[in-house]
Amino acid sequence: MQFRLVKIAETSKKKQTFIFLAAILLALFTTGLFIMFLGHDPVKVYLSLVNGAFGSRYRIEQTLIKAIPLIITSLGIAIAFRMKFWNIGAEGQITMGAFCASYLALNYSYLPRPVLLSLMLLGGFIGGSIWGIIPAFFKAKWGTNETIVTLMMNYVALKWIIYLQYGPWKDPAALGFPKIPNFAENAILPKFLGLHIGWVIALFLVISVHIFMNYSKKGFEIAVIGESVNTARYAGIEIFKTIVLAMFLSGGICGLVGMIQASGVNLTLSKDITGGVGYTAIITAWLGALKPHWIVLVSILFAALVQGSSYIQTAFGISAASAQLLEAIILFFVLGSDFFAKYRLVIDWKGLSRKKENKL
Amino acid sequence: MMTVAFLKAAIIAGTPLLFATLGEILTEKAGNLNLGVEGMMLMGAVIGFQMGYSTNSPILAMVFAALAGAIGALIFAFLTVSLRANQVVSGLALTIFGTGFASFAGQSLVGLKMTDAFNASFKTIKIPGLGDIPFLGEIFFNQDIFVYLGYITAIILGIYLYKTSKGLNLRAVGENPAAADAASVRITRYKYIHILLGGALCGLGGAYLSLVYVPVWQENITAGRGWIAVALVIFSAWNPYKALFGAYLFGGLDIIGFRLQGTGIVISQYVFDMMPYLVTIVILVIVSMKKDIRNAPPKALGEPYFREER
Repeated sequence: MQFRLVKIAETSKKKQTFIFLAAILLALFTTGLFIMFLGHDPVKVYLSLVNGAFGSRYRIEQTLIKAIPLIITSLGIAIAFRMKFWNIGAEGQITMGAFCASYLALNYSYLPRPVLLSLMLLGGFIGGSIWGIIPAFFKAKWGTNETIVTLMMNYVALKWIIYLQYGPWKDPAALGFPKIPNFAENAILPKFLGLHIGWVIALFLVISVHIFMNYSKKGFEIAVIGESVNTARYAGIEIFKTIVLAMFLSGGICGLVGMIQASGVNLTLSKDITGGVGYTAIITAWLGALKPHWIVLVSILFAALVQGSSYIQTAFGISAASAQLLEAIILFFVLGSDFFAKYRLVIDWKGLSRKKENKL
Repeated sequence: MMTVAFLKAAIIAGTPLLFATLGEILTEKAGNLNLGVEGMMLMGAVIGFQMGYSTNSPILAMVFAALAGAIGALIFAFLTVSLRANQVVSGLALTIFGTGFASFAGQSLVGLKMTDAFNASFKTIKIPGLGDIPFLGEIFFNQDIFVYLGYITAIILGIYLYKTSKGLNLRAVGENPAAADAASVRITRYKYIHILLGGALCGLGGAYLSLVYVPVWQENITAGRGWIAVALVIFSAWNPYKALFGAYLFGGLDIIGFRLQGTGIVISQYVFDMMPYLVTIVILVIVSMKKDIRNAPPKALGEPYFREER
C-alpha cells in the first residue's frame, strides 16, 4: 500500500465551507477535552461563554464594542496580507494613531467638537500610516524583512507611550499616579444608537475596503503583487509605489483604531490602549480569508470569545488567557484544514500488490 | 573593571538570545521559517519554571523546558511540513498560542521563588586555566553552566552544519529540496527533526530567562526577545559562529541603559529601553542594503515541498 498526495484543481465553495466549519468544531472539541482535564464540564463552560457574550443587552453592547477595533484592524491587516506583506505591526500602528489623536485631544480641546474629532481622526490615520510606511519603504527599496521591522516598531511605539505616560504627559492631578489626563468632553466620540460612533466608521470602512480591494485598479495591483512580484513587474505595475500605498492604507486604517479606542472607549491614552487587538486581528483577518464581509463575522465571534471569557473567569475561575489559547487553537485547526481543500490523499492499493509480486 | 563587568553581563543577557537564534538557524536551514520563536521561548520558560519549582531539579527543569519548546515546534512542523500550511501565519499562530499558554500556566507561578539550593546550581563556575586569562577569562570563562552550554551548542552546530554529511544534507533540504529528494535524503524526516531540535533550543533560551536571568516568573518574560532572535538569524547570515557575536552584542544593548545609570551619563532610560528594537531595525536595513550571496537565506526558505510538483 502506498500513500500519495494529489493536488485538487478546484474545490467547491460548499466543500470549503464544510471543511472550515469542521475545523472550528474540531478546535472546540479539542479545547473541550482540555477544559475537561481542568475539571470543568465543557458544555457548561461553552454555554456560559455564549451567555457571557450575548446574554443581556449590556453584554451584547460590550461584545460589539470589542468587535469594532477587531474589525477595523483586520481590514487594515487584510490589505497588507493580500499583498503577502506580513504586517504584524498593527499594535504599533494603533498606538501611534492613538498618540497623534491624543496629542490633538489634549492640546486643542478648545476647538468645536466636530472640528476637533475630524482632526483627531485624520491624526489617527496619519500616525498609523507613518508607522506603516516606514517598513514598506525598506521592504520596497531593499527587500528588508517586514515581519521583524513591523514587530520591532510595535515595541518602539509602546516604549514611546510609556515614556509619555510616566514623563511629560503625566497627569499632575493624578497625585503621582502615572496616567495621562482624561480627554475633555469635546474630544470624546459621540454615541449613536447606544454605541460610540466607531461602529459607523467600521461599517463605512468595511464597504470602502471591499470596493477598493475588488473594484479598483490599485486594489487589483496589490493582489497581483501578492500572487507574484515578477508577474506584477511584467504587467508594468509600479511595485515601489504600490507597496508604499498599500501600507499607507493598512497602517492608516489601524491608526484609526487607536483614535477610536482612545476617544470612544478609554477616554485617554495609555500604554494598554491596544489591548492586544493588533495580534488578535492577525487571526481574524486570516480566518476571514482577508475578505471584509467574512472579517466582520469572524471579528464579532472573536469579540464574543473575549467578552465571554471574562465572564467564565468569574464563573469558573478559568483564566481569561484561555480565550487567547482557544483563538490560537482555532487558528491552528483552520490553517491545517486548508490542506484538505487543496490535496487529496490517494491510497494506492496496486502499489501494495506490486510490492507483493516483487517479494514473490 | 567597569568594562569587564559590563561585558560579562552582556554575555549573560545574550545567552537566551543565543539559544533562540541557534534554534531558528537550525529550523531555517531545513527550509522552514518558524516565527513562533517567541511562543516557544515562553512555553519553555513557563514549563521550565514550573518543573524547577515542583521538582527542585535543575536538570529536569531544563529537559522539560526543551521538551516544551519542541512540542510547540511539533505543532508548527505538523502544520507546515505535513499539511503544507502557510509558514508565516502558522508561526504567528504558534507565538499567540505560546503567549496564551504561558500566561495561562504562569498565573499560579507569580511571586514564587526557587530554593537557594536550586539557584546554587546556576552559580558561576570558573573554568580552571581558561578562567585565569587576564581580562577575557573573567568575561568568558567565569560564567554559569547555561552560558557554557551556549558556547558548546554554537560550536557543535557549526561543526554539524559545515563539517558533516548530515549537515550537508540538511543544507540541501533548505536550499533545493527536490535535488535533495532525488539524492534520497528523507525530506520530511530532516525537516521534522531539525524543526523540533530548533524548538527545543528556543525552549532552553526561554528557560534561561525564567530560571537564571530574572529568576522569578513574570508575565511576558521574553519581552520580544524571540523576535530579536529571528532578526539575529538574518544578522548572523545563518551562521552559528556569527550568531555568538550577534547574540552577545544584543545582550549588551539590552543592559546598556541599566549600566549607564549612575555613571553620570544622563540619557533617558526610555530611550535605552527602545535601543534593542531600534538597533534591530537599523541592522536589518543595513544587511538588506548590501546584498551578498554569502549572506543569502536558504533558497527554499518558506516554501512547502510537494514532491509531485517538482
